[in-house]
Amino acid sequence: MTAARPYLGRRNPLAGLVASAAVSVAAVVAADPLTPALLLAGTLLTIPLTGLGVRQLALRLWPLVTGAVGVAVSNLLYGTVDATTALALGLRVTAVALPGVLALGAVDPTEFADALVQHLRAPARFAYGTLAALRLLPLLAAEWHTIGLARRARGVEAGWHPVAALRLFGGRVFTLMAGAIRRATRLALAMDARGFDAGLPRTYARRSVFTRADAALVLAGAGFALAATGVSVALGTWRFLTGV
Amino acid sequence: MAGIRLDGWGWRHPGRKAWAVRGLDLAVSPGERILLLGASGAGKSTVLRGLAGLLDPELGDEEGVLEVAGAHPRARRTPIGYVQQDPESQLVMARAGDDVAFGLENHAVPAAEIWPRVDGALRAVGFPYGPDRATAALSGGEQQRLALAGVLALRPGLLLLDEPTANLDPDGAAAVRDTVDAVQRHTGATLVVVEHRVAAWLPQVDRVVALAPGGGVLADGTPADVLGRHHDALVAAGVWVPGHVVPPRRTAGAGPVLLSASGVRVDAGGRTVLDDAALDLRAAEVTALTGRNGAGKTTLSRVVGGLLRPRAGTVRTTDPRPPWRWRARDLARRIGTVFQDPEHQFLTASVRDELLLGGASADRADDLLARLRLAHLARANPFTLSGGEQRRLSVASALARSPRLLVLDEPTFGQDLRTWTELVWLLDAVRAEGTGLLVVTHDRDFVDALADGVVTMESGRTRAPAEARP
Repeated sequence: MTAARPYLGRRNPLAGLVASAAVSVAAVVAADPLTPALLLAGTLLTIPLTGLGVRQLALRLWPLVTGAVGVAVSNLLYGTVDATTALALGLRVTAVALPGVLALGAVDPTEFADALVQHLRAPARFAYGTLAALRLLPLLAAEWHTIGLARRARGVEAGWHPVAALRLFGGRVFTLMAGAIRRATRLALAMDARGFDAGLPRTYARRSVFTRADAALVLAGAGFALAATGVSVALGTWRFLTGV
Repeated sequence: MAGIRLDGWGWRHPGRKAWAVRGLDLAVSPGERILLLGASGAGKSTVLRGLAGLLDPELGDEEGVLEVAGAHPRARRTPIGYVQQDPESQLVMARAGDDVAFGLENHAVPAAEIWPRVDGALRAVGFPYGPDRATAALSGGEQQRLALAGVLALRPGLLLLDEPTANLDPDGAAAVRDTVDAVQRHTGATLVVVEHRVAAWLPQVDRVVALAPGGGVLADGTPADVLGRHHDALVAAGVWVPGHVVPPRRTAGAGPVLLSASGVRVDAGGRTVLDDAALDLRAAEVTALTGRNGAGKTTLSRVVGGLLRPRAGTVRTTDPRPPWRWRARDLARRIGTVFQDPEHQFLTASVRDELLLGGASADRADDLLARLRLAHLARANPFTLSGGEQRRLSVASALARSPRLLVLDEPTFGQDLRTWTELVWLLDAVRAEGTGLLVVTHDRDFVDALADGVVTMESGRTRAPAEARP
């Protein structure tokens, strides 16, 4: 199974995230269009390493792209900036967020929790508790849908009335929450029953390793961020933060 | 193996006036296998949680003695296995093997021992997949067997099961019972099972203990002894005593076809859930829709109930438009649907308001409340009711609009014998008034007691209706 995994999937999740964070930081501090453009181009080249398919990519990227275009257009229309700055802003938003989106897309949540606990000494209660809660999210989505149908069956539908819609929405959220709390309580009980957080030391079934390849990935990310900034500085286009 | 000793034991939940359990004496020898019975509210689940060491004395009030293997269970002298009813809310990890390993990690089992024990436990429960199998892709029965593997891997001295098969279809339930038997033999662990449906568990227990509703023990002895001598008291307490049969009721004569569905196809999540499904519902007739979990029963009931628009197919009624195009208000007046989880349908802050919501007259609302023994709860919040009361209210609120068709999804699920029997009587009365009913269920007893016809589903297709046994 391991052999079939993409490059980033085989790296320690922390390595991918730290490398992507370095690129994001370089994009945050640069206010010119060239630096984020370089960073973005380099980041796009790493897409094959994530192993994400076209569909998965589209699903992950559409909110980001929509947001970035929105930022650029609204600044151009309503702000006091020229087209170059608006473009720089849009590129910047994309260049800041994309590395994280890609790195997270390649991360297996279980391995991420393992790495947090074993390398960063994150509390197991927090890491595995969050992991268990993540398992419940798809159930919540299904439940939300069911509650909507159940309301229609009771003859209740907001139609086009905004106040009625808001009230109905509130009721639906309440029902969802009541069920979610009950389910979360049962899950916590089940975890306790299996000895979770008994104040005793735990062992690890899965060893999270941080290899030389992981260190190299971190260095590559940081090196690339510095290089892009360097090119921009050398060409005299680099500007710090606010762009003044 | 671990013995149990309860001596005048009691537990009161934080913020409650009444004790959930009080004055309970019970001694269990190591390796004994016990079926624990009692009416709803007799405190069966509380006893199991206490034995599992899940009740924190700092948060509630505890009295008397509670010992497992000679010490309070919170001292964790021996691993104690605990499996509850809802499979979804007891798996922790995304992959099956990791989930079994979770308990071993918590008990600080050395890493080198973990995986052999995980593999052994998965084999012992007959888990049909490898350790990398996604837990989200398992059926309810498979999830329960995985939960049992997680417990087995701990080599527990005591195994506590709280209605482990209540949410499963008959095949899944049978597989889980076999697994429990295998696990118990494998470990020799003391076993305490709580379950409403008694008959299926009898071959694999040595002793039956029934809790009295007011506290203490009502009956205690061998299965034959307890079920023989205390038959009537157990039935009164809502326990499913084997051989207790509710006289079947059938229609006095079916009316015209009210709804006719054919060629119904539904796709969801990239697969075909329903394919060419067909169904006719008549006035004054109860049709049971049965089949395994995942066969498409609920989906078909939602199409028929006007809640889901199928990809293809027709649903004919007197209205030229299909039910899923009707306005919600019209739908509720013509076809009522009662969901599996009553809480999904509650919309108001009081029981009476639930009935008035649909425009039912005050008289009809009060009449329904009286018929369903809910009159004393008229002002209570629906979310505070017991499971049986919530079930009766959800049926009542659908009936408040006097629909000609009523669709019910697993109405008897998790109910004790008392509520179950009331549901049979109530739905029989609804049928006698001329309403057509569609009941999605895998409760064989319910089908025998009430259904005029049975439609069986398999992999999204309906099989020709068969006459129910008269």
